[in-house]
Amino acid sequence: MLVVEDLRVEVGRKEILKGIDLTIGDGEKHVLFGPNGSGKSTLLMTIMGFPRYKIIQGRIEFNGVDITEMAMNERVRLGIGLAYQHPPSIKGVTLEDIIKICSRKERIGEEERILLEKLKMPTDFLKRDVNSGFSGGEIKRSEILQLLLLKPKLAMMDEPDSGVDVENIEIVGNAINELLRGRSGLIITHLGYILKYVDVDFGHVMMNGRIACSGDPHKLLSSIISEGYSRCASCLR
Amino acid sequence: MSEIEERAKRALNKKAPFGPDVDLSEYELGFLKGEKFESAEEIPENFTKEVEKVGVSSKSSSLGYFQVDQSALFSMSLGEGVEILPLSEAMKKYKWLKDRYFKLVQPDADKYTAFSALHPAEGYFIRVREGVKLNIPVQTCLLINKEGVLQNVHNIIIAERDSEIHILTGCTTGAHSGFHLGISEFYVEENAKISFTMIHHWAKDSHVRPRTGVKIERGGTFINNYICMSEVRSLQSYPNVWCEGENSSAIFNTITMATNKSYIDLGSRIFLRGKGSRAEIISRNIASKKGYMIARGHLIGDNPECRGHLECRGIILGDGVIHTIPEIEGGYEGVELSHEAAVGKIAEDEIFYLMSRGLSEEEATSIIVRGFMKVKIPEIPRRLKDEIEKIVDESTKKLM
Ligand SMILES: Nc1ncnc2c1ncn2[C@@H]1O[C@H](COP(=O)(O)OP(=O)(O)OP(=O)(O)O)[C@@H](O)[C@H]1O
Ligand SMILES: [Mg+2]
Repeated sequence: MLVVEDLRVEVGRKEILKGIDLTIGDGEKHVLFGPNGSGKSTLLMTIMGFPRYKIIQGRIEFNGVDITEMAMNERVRLGIGLAYQHPPSIKGVTLEDIIKICSRKERIGEEERILLEKLKMPTDFLKRDVNSGFSGGEIKRSEILQLLLLKPKLAMMDEPDSGVDVENIEIVGNAINELLRGRSGLIITHLGYILKYVDVDFGHVMMNGRIACSGDPHKLLSSIISEGYSRCASCLR
Repeated sequence: MSEIEERAKRALNKKAPFGPDVDLSEYELGFLKGEKFESAEEIPENFTKEVEKVGVSSKSSSLGYFQVDQSALFSMSLGEGVEILPLSEAMKKYKWLKDRYFKLVQPDADKYTAFSALHPAEGYFIRVREGVKLNIPVQTCLLINKEGVLQNVHNIIIAERDSEIHILTGCTTGAHSGFHLGISEFYVEENAKISFTMIHHWAKDSHVRPRTGVKIERGGTFINNYICMSEVRSLQSYPNVWCEGENSSAIFNTITMATNKSYIDLGSRIFLRGKGSRAEIISRNIASKKGYMIARGHLIGDNPECRGHLECRGIILGDGVIHTIPEIEGGYEGVELSHEAAVGKIAEDEIFYLMSRGLSEEEATSIIVRGFMKVKIPEIPRRLKDEIEKIVDESTKKLM
C-alpha cells in the first residue's frame, strides 16, 4: 500500500528526515514511537503532501503510484487521510462545514449523526468554528470523526491518544478501531494507550530523523516505558 | 434664499476630506417621464429585474418605495403605523419636517452635500409611529437607470418612541456610469429601534457618496448593516452617529470587497454622549485585483460611562491593498474603548487543512474567505440574513 524509500526532508532549510524507509502493506497497522522533535509529525505531513516539507531525496509510492510530487487533495482522492496533532482553527468555518466537506454531502445525514453520537459530540458543536476553543480531547474526536467520513485506505493519526482522559480514550480508541477495520493505519503515540484498543502489527521508533528500530509494537513500547529511548539510540548504531 | 441654501452655496467647491474628487458637472439629474404607479406590479420589469441583485423583491408586499434615477415611481405606507412617502411629498405634507431636514447632515459639509441641497432631491420618508413594531423588513430601492445620471437622494427616517422597524434598502444601477449621492438622516427616538440593512451593487464607472447622520435618543438602538460586494469606481462614506441618550446604542457592520481597481473608503464615527451608551463598529473587507480599500472607524467617548469596540479585519487576495485607520478617543476615566485590526493574506495552514479534506486550493480559499466574511449580524430577520449570505457567497465565488 505505502512505500517510503530513502526519504530525506527539509523544513525551513533544516534537514529533519534523514533517510526513511517504511513499507505498510494492505490492512497493516503500524505505530510510530519516538522522542519529541524526532520527526514523527514531519513524516506524516510529508506523506500527506504539505509543500512546506520539502523532499530533497527519495520517493513515496501509494498503491503503485508515485505520489512524491502529487498535490495534497489528489492524495486524499487516492485514499490517504491524516488526523492532525495540532489542527488550525478557521474563523467562520464550522465543524458542520468540515463534516460536509469530508462526507461530500450537502447536509448532515444519518451516518454523520450516528458517528457524532458515537464520538459523544453533542450537536451544538456543529455550529462552532472548527477547532476554535475545542478542548484537547474534543480536537482528537473531531479529527477522528473527519477520518471516519473520509474513509481513507491509509489512515494516519498523529497522537490521537495524547491529552485524552480515561473516559475519552475509550471513545477515541473504539472509534479508531472501527476506522481501521479493513484499512491500513499509521499511528503516532507516545505512551501507547491506543494499543489497548487497536491491534497493531508493527512498531517503529523514530530517532533524530531516522527509524532506529522496528519490531513488535508491544515489546518496543514496554522497553521504551521502562528504559526510555536510550536503548533505541544504541540500536541505531 | 433659505439658510440651508446659503450655506450650501458657499460650500459648492469644498472638496470632501476623503475619497477622490469627482467633477459633478459631468453628470445630470435624470427625471423619468410618466406618473407614479399605484401598485408594485405596475413597475416595469426592466426595473424590477435590476433590483433583484440587491435582494429587493418587487413582488413582496413589504415593498415600500421604488425610485429610478430622480423619480419616485412607487411608494406605499404599511398600514397606519408605518408611513412611507417620497420626501418631496412628505415635505409638503408636514411643515415640521423642515426641522429635520439637513439637521444631521450639514449642507456645507462638502461639495456633494452642497450640490444636493441646491438641486431637486428625492428619496424616501419613513415614519414609524409611537409603539408600532414591524417585524417584516420594509424594502426600499433606488436604481440608476440612465448612463451618466447623478441620482440626488435624500432620505429621512424617523422611528418614534418605542417603535421598531427593519429596513432593507437596495441601491443599484443598470448603467455603467453614474453618480449616486445620498443624504440620509435617521432619528431614533426614545427606546425605539431601527435596523437598517443596505445592500449596494454598482458598476465599473459608478461613483458613490452617501452622507449619513444618525441621532439616537435614550434607550434607542440603531443597527446598520452595509454590504457592497460589486465593483465600483469610487465609494466613500463616513456616517456621523450621535448616541445622545442614556443607554443608547449603535452597531455598524460592514462587509465589502474592493476588486477590479475599485476604490472604497468606508467608516463610521460614533459620538458616545449619553451615559451608558454603547457602540460597535465591525468590518470585514477583501481587496483583490488592484482594489483599494480604506476601512475607518472613530469612537469618541464623550461621557464617563460609555463602551465601544472597533474591529477591522481584512483579507488581501493577490494584489489588493487594505488600509485600516481605527481611532478611539476618550476624555474621561471610566470609558471603555478598544480596537483590533488585522490585515493579511489567508493563512496557509487553513488552506492545507481543507485541502487535506479533499478540496482543491481554489475551493479551500473560497470557503475560508466566505467564512471570514460571515459577520454575526444580530437580530435581523432570517430572510435578510439569507440574502446577505447569498450575495457574499456569490461574489466571493466569482473571486476565485
Ligand atoms: N517550520 C519549521 N522550521 C524549522 N524547524 C521545524 C519546522 N517545523 C518543524 N521543525 C522541526 O522539526 C523537528 C521535528 O518536528 P516534528 O514535529 O516532526 O517532531 P515530532 O517527532 O512530531 O515531535 P513531537 O513528539 O513533539 O510531536 C523539530 O525539531 C521541529 O522543531
Ligand atoms: Mg508531532
